Amino acid sequence: MNQSATISSAAPASTRAGLLVRYGIWIALALTLLLLPYVFSSRLALSTMSLMGTMIVFALSYNMLLGQTGLLSFGHAVFFGLGGFATVHMLNLVGGNSYPIPLPLFPVVGALGGLFFGVLFGAVATKRAGTAFAMITLGIGELVASSALILRRFFGGEEGITTDRTDMLRVFGYSFGPQIQVYYLIAAWCFLSIVLMYAITRTPFGRICNAVRDNPQRVSFIGYDPSTVRFIAFSLSGLFAGVAGGLSAINFEIVNAAQMGAVESGSVVLMTYIGGVGNFAGPIIGAILVTWLQLILSDATTVWPLYVGLLFIGVVMFAPGGIAGLLSMQQPLLAARTLHRVLPYYFLMFVPGAVAVAGLAMLIETSHQFSIRAAYGPRMTLYSIPFDVTTLTPWAIGAVVFAVGLWLFLRAARLARNAYDAALPQRGNR
Amino acid sequence: MNEARPVPAIELAGVRKSFGPMEIIRGVDLVVAPGERHAVIGPNGAGKSTLFHLISGHYRPDGGTIELRGEDIAGMPPQLINRRGLSRSFQVTNIFPRLSVWENVRCATLWAMGHKYAFWKGVERLDEVRRRTEEILTEIDLMDRADVPAGVLTYGEQRALEIGLTIAGSADVILLDEPTAGMSHAEVERVVALIRKVSENRTLLMIEHDMHVVFDLADRISVLVYGQVIASDTPERIKANAAVQQAYLGTEAA
Repeated sequence: MNQSATISSAAPASTRAGLLVRYGIWIALALTLLLLPYVFSSRLALSTMSLMGTMIVFALSYNMLLGQTGLLSFGHAVFFGLGGFATVHMLNLVGGNSYPIPLPLFPVVGALGGLFFGVLFGAVATKRAGTAFAMITLGIGELVASSALILRRFFGGEEGITTDRTDMLRVFGYSFGPQIQVYYLIAAWCFLSIVLMYAITRTPFGRICNAVRDNPQRVSFIGYDPSTVRFIAFSLSGLFAGVAGGLSAINFEIVNAAQMGAVESGSVVLMTYIGGVGNFAGPIIGAILVTWLQLILSDATTVWPLYVGLLFIGVVMFAPGGIAGLLSMQQPLLAARTLHRVLPYYFLMFVPGAVAVAGLAMLIETSHQFSIRAAYGPRMTLYSIPFDVTTLTPWAIGAVVFAVGLWLFLRAARLARNAYDAALPQRGNR
Repeated sequence: MNEARPVPAIELAGVRKSFGPMEIIRGVDLVVAPGERHAVIGPNGAGKSTLFHLISGHYRPDGGTIELRGEDIAGMPPQLINRRGLSRSFQVTNIFPRLSVWENVRCATLWAMGHKYAFWKGVERLDEVRRRTEEILTEIDLMDRADVPAGVLTYGEQRALEIGLTIAGSADVILLDEPTAGMSHAEVERVVALIRKVSENRTLLMIEHDMHVVFDLADRISVLVYGQVIASDTPERIKANAAVQQAYLGTEAA
């Protein structure tokens, strides 16, 4: 429907402008996905972006539950993983061109796998909401993770199941050997999934999901069964998680049981929450940011999950709307053309904030070297400065830098808060 | 059915409900005729709200029958009762706080307009739904607040929205639980006018403490005392009823 709308050139100019406004964001998104490999063309960048595209679909599917329907699931990776296994088994079945199915269609298998298990487990989990629902999903996660160790033929045990994506029917000569081709396959599915998941929020069902999130009891007095709403949301969310799992299977040519585990289920909670659950674009931002952080941090330090965890705690405590929430807070200022008055204060926050993080990182890395890495000796290098962790100096410097940075940051934050309130347009009727 | 008495909109017979050892509703009989405006009055703790919870499916009765237009609805879940044409408001405002006022009302129209759980059609393209939503918002006088999150409305506005949610579907039997509770005098007058308007062509059963409102609006009044209906009659006869005066009017409305 997107395309037919933009192509219809018979529309008068005013409508055409209206269509541009309406579909402009989607055209921009499609162009961005198309052009990104020209900007970031290294092999590392391509595989990073492929991973990000996969995680965007995964995090958005999770937000169909958390942000849209108010369901906190601790087992969402189950559907990612099972979608991945479904895809990888189908790839191996079809491999060697025994059936003429081209590779780009295989995420459909992931979708069907995710949907199937979404329906199966959803029928149990969505009878309840709130804490009971969260506990049931936790149980389902454990159940599937432990069955992976028993059903070794299907799940491939520790090492998982491998496949060869290049062994499929070729269309227009694309082998999907090179990463760039896989990137475009993932980008296309990512785009399609984003459009579909956004469209679902704009349907009667999508609106009722929001109503269930806000007040499930009242929903039953306007004709809807809240547990049916939860069930459909859970199933659809499983479907899109399955797409993400299928994309991952194609990208890495391997799926293993760890991808269905509690760590992955936790990771998607972090991504979605850090990005922001209250905004459709939040999980997209979160998936990109957390994937990128995981990559650069895991290169820099072995205790990288600690940093992601600290970021998560920071967001939960100080910005419950996530990054998207912080951004959308600027919208009224942008509309009132007063944003420029606050921006210097944000910059003022950023500098001591970075200093505080550097100080904290110094303390963390020093204690890491001191305790867990003690066998490697007391000498380490941080920020190109070599030092000895058994002396007082690095601890003192780290503590002072952290404390001063934090103190200045909090002061700047207060100034920014006041400036924000002053820049906020006055409302007549409050 | 005999011809003089059409099938009642609501008919309760011997309805009972206990919470643990406490029997709150102790055999209630109640008949509400179609098109009637019927008020339930009674002292605090008489079980009025519990009675509404039983009729609307929020609680299951322990005994007795509850019929909606001759069909037994006792023990049905709320959504099934709602789909049969009974809708209710709540004493404590019960809306969707993070959704806009527009979205609140629109959600309440969707099932009645036949859209159910549709996740394949754009909600903005449903013209009938849009028209109906506009109609309701105009009726409850919240059209100019349509884009505001319902949670930030004033108390009076939230009460109006509560009524809007109740009438937005296709229900022709409406239960209002203390629609004027906590309102200023001017607000009460507006709500009474609104109730009068929305109860045209509908059956209305309402709980109300304000006796002016009750005697102004109601065609019939039932008096609930300690879980039993002690009288159910026209306003004039209720005023004259000695048992009612003793049990209720005498103590509270003197």
